[in-house]
Amino acid sequence: MSNLKLNNVTKEYPDVTALKDVTFNVQDGEFFVLLGPTGAGKTTTLRVVAGLTKQDEGTVLFDEQEVDEYPPAERDVALVFQQYSLYPTMSVYDNLAFPLRSPMRKLPEDQIKTKVNSVAETLRIEHLIDRKTAHLSGGEMQRVSIGRAIVREPRIFLMDEPLSNLDFKLREALRVELQHLQKTQGSTTLFVTHDQIEALTTADRIAVLNRGQIIQIGTPEDIYDRPATTFVAQLVGSPRINLVKSVRQDGSLQIEKSDLSLPIPPDCETPQDVLLGIRPEHVNIDPDGEFAGQVALTEPLGVETVVHIRSQDQTIVSLVPGLMNLGKGDEVKFNVLHDRLHCFDLDGNRVKLQ
Amino acid sequence: MATIELQQVEKKFGDLHAVQPMDLTIQDGEFVVLLGPSGCGKTTTLRMISGLETVTSGTIMLGDRNVTWLHPSERDVAFVFQFYALYPHITARENISFPLRAQGESRDVIDQRIKEVAALLRIEHLLNQRPGNLSGGDQQRVALARALVRRPEAFLMDEPLGALDADFRETMRAEIKQLHIDQHATTVYVTHDQIEAMAMGDRIVVMSDAVVQQAGTPHDVYFDPANLFVARFIGSPGMNLVTAVYSQGVVSIPGTENRYSVPDGWQSSIDETLHGEGQIILGFRPEAAQVKADGPLAGEVYATELQGAYSVLHVNVNTDDIVHIRTDRQIDYPIGTTVHFDIDSQMVRFFDPSTEAGIEREVSQ
Repeated sequence: MSNLKLNNVTKEYPDVTALKDVTFNVQDGEFFVLLGPTGAGKTTTLRVVAGLTKQDEGTVLFDEQEVDEYPPAERDVALVFQQYSLYPTMSVYDNLAFPLRSPMRKLPEDQIKTKVNSVAETLRIEHLIDRKTAHLSGGEMQRVSIGRAIVREPRIFLMDEPLSNLDFKLREALRVELQHLQKTQGSTTLFVTHDQIEALTTADRIAVLNRGQIIQIGTPEDIYDRPATTFVAQLVGSPRINLVKSVRQDGSLQIEKSDLSLPIPPDCETPQDVLLGIRPEHVNIDPDGEFAGQVALTEPLGVETVVHIRSQDQTIVSLVPGLMNLGKGDEVKFNVLHDRLHCFDLDGNRVKLQ
Repeated sequence: MATIELQQVEKKFGDLHAVQPMDLTIQDGEFVVLLGPSGCGKTTTLRMISGLETVTSGTIMLGDRNVTWLHPSERDVAFVFQFYALYPHITARENISFPLRAQGESRDVIDQRIKEVAALLRIEHLLNQRPGNLSGGDQQRVALARALVRRPEAFLMDEPLGALDADFRETMRAEIKQLHIDQHATTVYVTHDQIEAMAMGDRIVVMSDAVVQQAGTPHDVYFDPANLFVARFIGSPGMNLVTAVYSQGVVSIPGTENRYSVPDGWQSSIDETLHGEGQIILGFRPEAAQVKADGPLAGEVYATELQGAYSVLHVNVNTDDIVHIRTDRQIDYPIGTTVHFDIDSQMVRFFDPSTEAGIEREVSQ
């Protein structure tokens, strides 16, 4: 497969800048996810790579070679969309064989058969091979769509929210399959999603986009553990990160409107007040805890419980293992893991070590 | 507020059963969630309670009134839909006061009630805005305010958060629950999202194929699912369910070396259910398994997923079944690695494959 480079890609529409100076590299064999809310520019980026949208500035390179002048068909990329674009009257076999029979390839039928059968086996759809695609379930259709992309052995896979039309249980299962497939086949994949769990679970690296600009690029661990801005910090993780304004006072950080005071983390040596980010799993309920508060609300999720703790006028959300039986107004003690705090300046940028 | 009682309530569309005869009592002040995939009958059930759908047979009681054949407007229930259903051309205040004006309440009463409900939902500053200028979350707050302001006998909510972004949904989920804790209004809430159901419900009624599969507390449906459907549907990922063979106190996975000794308290009920031995389904939640060098079960890593605070390991325990194990994030498990694991004896469950029902533990003395 190929590597992919975008250099300073910009795309303007009459009333909006869809992409601004977008630059990133996708390594050969990498699973690269574009994550962001609606309107962030994810799909536009994908379309520019596919050649379906022409950028105003910047270049797209496959294996260090510019492809900007190539029409989509000559870029040799395979697209998988949210909507399954299968031919409903054709069998699964003919749908899978279709790209191989195109005038550009025209493979002999015996070779087509070998390839189609091998892909069907990989995706565990061998038993469906003679069915008309109109008679398949959503999950089966999306497997066939992915199969049709794989069978071509393209230079790059481009996937635009391929799982978001499926129900949750199926999405979970197919997400794992997709990751396994990509890892074992070593295919270069550019994958668009607005779902942070999908991004964290599948990606080798994630680029977080907002309003046409890249905010951060990194491994899932980088994005989750070292978010560059409050936007990124709030985008990943569920329940969402606690983000509280904190004031410096005598060598500690006093969380506004609360009784909570924490030591200043070593990477937070900035003279100003900060926005403190605390992941809910780093707030531990503990009978010997250093802080006290009252339970405002509990949400049992099964494997864990979300506990909303009040301290004066501030609410801190904690994620505790198991099902915890606490009522509104119950007094609880808790600890905050000091070494897991995130510091942002008041503009929302992560405070860096000096 | 009132108790809602469904007695053998049934709905058929032609020959198709949308809801098989069901009995359900929702206590005064209780928050009950109807949960299931699309087409399971949950929304039809809600619509029958509201009167938007007639029953094919059965009786619906609201408090001590038989409302089965009453018009929706005579039932005194308030409905909140997925789509905000606000009037776009009038302000939030006028939207909220609409049901009160329709009831002919005096201006003083209306002003007082709006003040209370706006404070409760923290939308005082939005009252003069039109819905089009509000965010999705704020529109849904206004829709909730309009339902609350009537002080109905019961609230019926049909996927009210379904149209919101994930982060808004999380916030609104907590807000609706908070509201319920403060108001204690009898509420029936429909969703397909098991996390929402777990987080909000006093009780969850899990439905599938027009049938109630289980009605219980979040704790019941999570730890003691009545059958395979509930075990799979609740949890993310759902409960691991592995087809195995039982004989003399040991469960083994065919074609592998995997053996698991049935913990104390289970053997006699399993013996009884299976008449000694036979096929069984071994069930355990992802957090009930621990990776352990000397664990009795083993498999090959199929994939690993970082899920934020933790990771989930997907392990092939035979050619067909992948089990999910929740693990610490710190350790890396490449695809193909063999891992051994054990299952917490308190957290293991067993199901009868012929009936799909959970096998019950012996009652401890």
